[in-house]
Amino acid sequence: MSKWNLIIDLENCTNCNMCVLACQDEHVDNTFPGYAEEMPKHGSRWIEIMRKERGQAPMIDVAYLPVMCQHCDDAPCIAAAENDAISKRADGIVIIDPVKAKGQKQLVESCPYGAIWWNDDLQLPQHWIFDAHLLDDGWKQPRAASVCATEAIVAKKVDDAEMAKIAEAEGLEVLNPEHGTKPRVYYKNLYRYNKCFIGGSVAAEQNGTADCVKDATVKLLQGSDVIAEATTDIFGDFKFDRLDENSGGYKVEITADGHGSKSVDVELGESVTLGDIYL
Amino acid sequence: MGSLMFSLMLFGLRLLIWMQSMRFPAFRDRLKEKNFTAQMKTKDNSVGRWFKFQDGKVSSGSGVKADADIALTFKTSEIAVRLLMPPIDQLEQINAMKDFLLSLEGPDELTSWFTQTVMMTQTVGWKYGVDMGGGVTRFANMTNGGPVFLYVKDNKLIRMTPIDFDENDPEPWTIKARGKTFKPPRKTTLAPHGMNWKSMLNSPDRLLYPMKRVDFDPNGERNPQNRGKSGYERISWDEALDMVAGEIKRIKKEHGPGAIANSHGSHHTWGNVGYYLSADFKFINAVGMTRVLHNPDSWEGWYWGAAHHWGGSLRVGQTETYGTVEDLLKEAEMVVFWASNPEGTSGAYGSLEGTVRRKWLKETDIEIVHIDPYYNDSAQFLGGKWLAPKPASSPALAMAIANVWIEEDLYDKDFVKDRTTGFDKWHDYIMGKEDGIPKTPEWAEPETDLKAKDIRALARKWGNRKVYLAAGGWGNGHGGACRNQTGIQWARSLVCLMAMQGLGKPGVNMGNLQWGTPVDTNFYFPGYAEGGMSGDLHHTAMSVELYQRMPQLPSMNTVEQAIPRLWLPEAIIEGKAEGYAWDGKSIEAQFNKISYPKPGYSPVKMLYKIGGSLISTMADSNRHVKMYQSENLEFCVSQAIWNEGEAKFADVILPACTNFERPDISEWAALGGYAFHGQTQLNSRVAIFQHQAIKPMGESKSDYVIFSEICERLGLSAYFTEGISELDWAKRVFDGSDLPQIISWKDFIRKGYVVIPPEREELRDPVSWNWYYEDRKKDVPEPMPLPSDYKDEYLKGIQTQSGKIEFEALSLKRFDANDPERPPVVKYFNPYGGPQAEKYPLRMITPHPRFSFHTQGDGKDTFVNNIKDHRVEVDGYYYWIIRINAEDAAERGIKMHDLVKVHNDQGAVVCAALVTQRLPRGATHGYESCAIYEPLGEPGNSVDRGGILNLLTPKKSQIKKGHSMGNSTALVEIELWDGKAEHNVASTTAAPEREPVPAE
Repeated sequence: MSKWNLIIDLENCTNCNMCVLACQDEHVDNTFPGYAEEMPKHGSRWIEIMRKERGQAPMIDVAYLPVMCQHCDDAPCIAAAENDAISKRADGIVIIDPVKAKGQKQLVESCPYGAIWWNDDLQLPQHWIFDAHLLDDGWKQPRAASVCATEAIVAKKVDDAEMAKIAEAEGLEVLNPEHGTKPRVYYKNLYRYNKCFIGGSVAAEQNGTADCVKDATVKLLQGSDVIAEATTDIFGDFKFDRLDENSGGYKVEITADGHGSKSVDVELGESVTLGDIYL
Repeated sequence: MGSLMFSLMLFGLRLLIWMQSMRFPAFRDRLKEKNFTAQMKTKDNSVGRWFKFQDGKVSSGSGVKADADIALTFKTSEIAVRLLMPPIDQLEQINAMKDFLLSLEGPDELTSWFTQTVMMTQTVGWKYGVDMGGGVTRFANMTNGGPVFLYVKDNKLIRMTPIDFDENDPEPWTIKARGKTFKPPRKTTLAPHGMNWKSMLNSPDRLLYPMKRVDFDPNGERNPQNRGKSGYERISWDEALDMVAGEIKRIKKEHGPGAIANSHGSHHTWGNVGYYLSADFKFINAVGMTRVLHNPDSWEGWYWGAAHHWGGSLRVGQTETYGTVEDLLKEAEMVVFWASNPEGTSGAYGSLEGTVRRKWLKETDIEIVHIDPYYNDSAQFLGGKWLAPKPASSPALAMAIANVWIEEDLYDKDFVKDRTTGFDKWHDYIMGKEDGIPKTPEWAEPETDLKAKDIRALARKWGNRKVYLAAGGWGNGHGGACRNQTGIQWARSLVCLMAMQGLGKPGVNMGNLQWGTPVDTNFYFPGYAEGGMSGDLHHTAMSVELYQRMPQLPSMNTVEQAIPRLWLPEAIIEGKAEGYAWDGKSIEAQFNKISYPKPGYSPVKMLYKIGGSLISTMADSNRHVKMYQSENLEFCVSQAIWNEGEAKFADVILPACTNFERPDISEWAALGGYAFHGQTQLNSRVAIFQHQAIKPMGESKSDYVIFSEICERLGLSAYFTEGISELDWAKRVFDGSDLPQIISWKDFIRKGYVVIPPEREELRDPVSWNWYYEDRKKDVPEPMPLPSDYKDEYLKGIQTQSGKIEFEALSLKRFDANDPERPPVVKYFNPYGGPQAEKYPLRMITPHPRFSFHTQGDGKDTFVNNIKDHRVEVDGYYYWIIRINAEDAAERGIKMHDLVKVHNDQGAVVCAALVTQRLPRGATHGYESCAIYEPLGEPGNSVDRGGILNLLTPKKSQIKKGHSMGNSTALVEIELWDGKAEHNVASTTAAPEREPVPAE
């Protein structure tokens, strides 16, 4: 039985907001009986883009994380719903019944992803419905995917075994697996959002002139273990990524031919740009 | 024989009217609109037929009725037959009008109704759109953000989507490079501001009825001082149009020619017929108006600067872009994005078409560098090295790079020797031989806040390697740093850098994959700059090709007076203004000085404003508030879609509909003129029949209809419309293009779009500048420069005096060799200094907004206001965003989304702070051109909370001998907002105040 999944690649999300706008275009002022009532023009973010800046100028990166209903297989909202107001379709899509769910504000709190939005005018909990109404009508992709110029969002209809294989092969993760809800939305390159880096620029002075040091060897140590090694580029830059936030003390050891060596201690909270390190 | 034929044709017309009224309810309804008698006849009255329209019934008889209300008269039967016999020859019709072979007499409202009704007998049966079932029709249209399908049910827009190509549409091109095959998807993309259109269409701020300011009385007190303060009352279209036409007549008679000025925005809603360069220009010329002369707004530094070194005046100082996508992907080792944010600016009209190509770039080993004070959207997407110079300091960086190249022998000496002139002068300035100051990286460090070591590393990485330079959003120079007070220096310096690296060598060129795809550039469809139905050969690019392909009556403005746009408020308030022309025909045309008032013309007494707002898009926008409140303006009319910006300052407001509510025709990203072959931004060329998807909202009307109805009151409607509707004009554009070669009209208007097949691989355009690099004749398909601008032999060399790239610009040497602001060899001077910089220590950059198209899309209670990087809601109000470095913010006690006052001597704007690491210390960033002007107290003299950062930007032209905005960088201070509305505007301008000293 093939089911819908969504794959979101953070590396290719540019924050263009086309998915957000397409969702509003589809749902504001439109009612789809059995699927969804109108989305409020403001205040509801059925698709919400979260921003993460890492590091300090001028060595930074910025990632965007689109979050929407994760269409969980163990959806807490289904358990929290009275009157069978939320159901799981055979194709994996979770639907909040716009009639039965009326007045059930508790559903907003039931979602650990904050993906259920309260429509105050209609007294209705609402979410991103994967454009099930369109898929049922023969559309190939939900609108959030079809408007994405980088294919950062792609919907895939495959059976669960196949999806597990894809997730394994492409290194996909789910958001906050600790919630244990078995989301059907997968993320690629999630480290750009939830991991951190240590970076810096190596330089040296010779005859009174400072220059970037290329090809310096930089080692990252945790205790006495070398956990990563890098070589500086023409700007003297190095970067160790995919480190856990608040993961304690590190040592950065730099050596470069003809320039000697230097080491820097780092207590890692969030991403840190060490700036210029002169040998 | 001719008489018999003509009689039969007239009888046939009678039958046709009867038949169409039986078949089509729309035609029956049309016939109910007027009661009158029309006469068609020969001049000698020998053949004729009358048509009597009475309560929807049509009676007709042969012969000539003396009491007919209108008469369409042909000189002879033979001429009538020639003109009316299908297929209609448009040129023959135009010639007949010019030769007075036919005449149209009677009241305009009846003559135009009659001719358009006759045309409607041909068009009323046309079928539009695709039936999607369930009562839903899928129409097509075009936005500034790209083409769209519109799903409509019961006159309501349900959804809009980009266009997915069907199985019959042609395959896009492919590029093979670096062992990979790159092929774009079979669909169109849309920019965010395009995806926002449903909410723009249905905005509560739509103007739905004509309105008059409550305290404006054309026959009594006009109260100009209350413009922007008092409210409006609804009036009828007849009242509004009578008032506007009445004022046009009165002002022309009372004050003489030139007393009416027309001010339009830089952009409009899309469509070749309804565009301002089309309908509005015909209107301007039909009435005779003082033009508000635009500056080259997104190209300043390139037009006033770069063109002197490498020509390209007809591209506003930018370069050709052909073949660069393939060349970059195949050859380049690195791309330097310099003030270049194509992801944020969508190529202006290029949707997100370049995005997939830059995704390919990311998948190659080509290295990427971004030079921009802001870690912009493209840097976010592409990654690479970010160098963040202080705003407006980039020319110093460029010079320091040149210094390293010379010092370390990292430039193409053969190219410099053979293909350029004046290098020794540039060399001497860069190395300090001229002024004793070598422009070393260490020299540039305090100017730019970049480390000398990083500048050196960049120069070494760049020199003598295959590097593409991407300048501005288009990559060849559009937007970016060319719009600040050092923009001219920046553009000039970059030309010098490219001249040192052998521009045109494989892999050495201008671009960022935004322009230069291998689409078919030989397939003709007119760009909007070709002027549509304007008949204007002087102020549009119509003479390039459209004029012959779509014969039409010529039009010419008899008023030669013009106001340089940057000084419009001064022209009105102080009664005088000076500037320089934007005229790309030659490099030297920009030296033409314009003075207002022009001798013998009246000062402007009436302003006819159409479309986009100058308040918010022009520097020191409070000046425009004061202009509107000047009693020198006796009458102001605003023709607008939304009640915002300048519409709120008019005496009479004429509600225009959007292009979803009227028919038109266009091609995606077909700009024409100065942006020739803009379609090379696209992965597939797509032409659109812009369906009238829904009826005009409220009582709004299309610009074309509004102009026509004013013209009716001036007796000009036959001249303005040529007797036909905007739908008929759209058909004429189709017939004048190459579209009939690939699709029938019937299929085109049904489906709404057609994909123009890509060029065959072996016939693709050559790569720009390669002909120059190899000293061959120019071989790229652009008709510029004009033939007489070649010096040696036609197509050999470029537009400069020497025919080569000139480090020392001889055109500037001829014009004014001692101009300290624009010397023949570019020199660094940064005016952002002095006491103002101590008082206002932050350099604010104001790039084009990402989520709205200038003012289009912002405000109006639309979807984009929900976007966290566009506006932020604080206590129920959606505030404009100002981005500020985290340490600068902490120093000022500012936290994320605090309301702050951004201010200087010119004004104060309340914004929500976005605290970020994407800016270096001392730099701040907020988009220009929001749509909301909301002064909290006295307009022009209080705090604005709409977000108009252009209240704070310097109005000074970059150079005195030019007409160039320099407002994309301003000096400001930011502090937590104290909630007060007062802010006294100082009489002096805030920044910048330093001026260069003339050379000895």
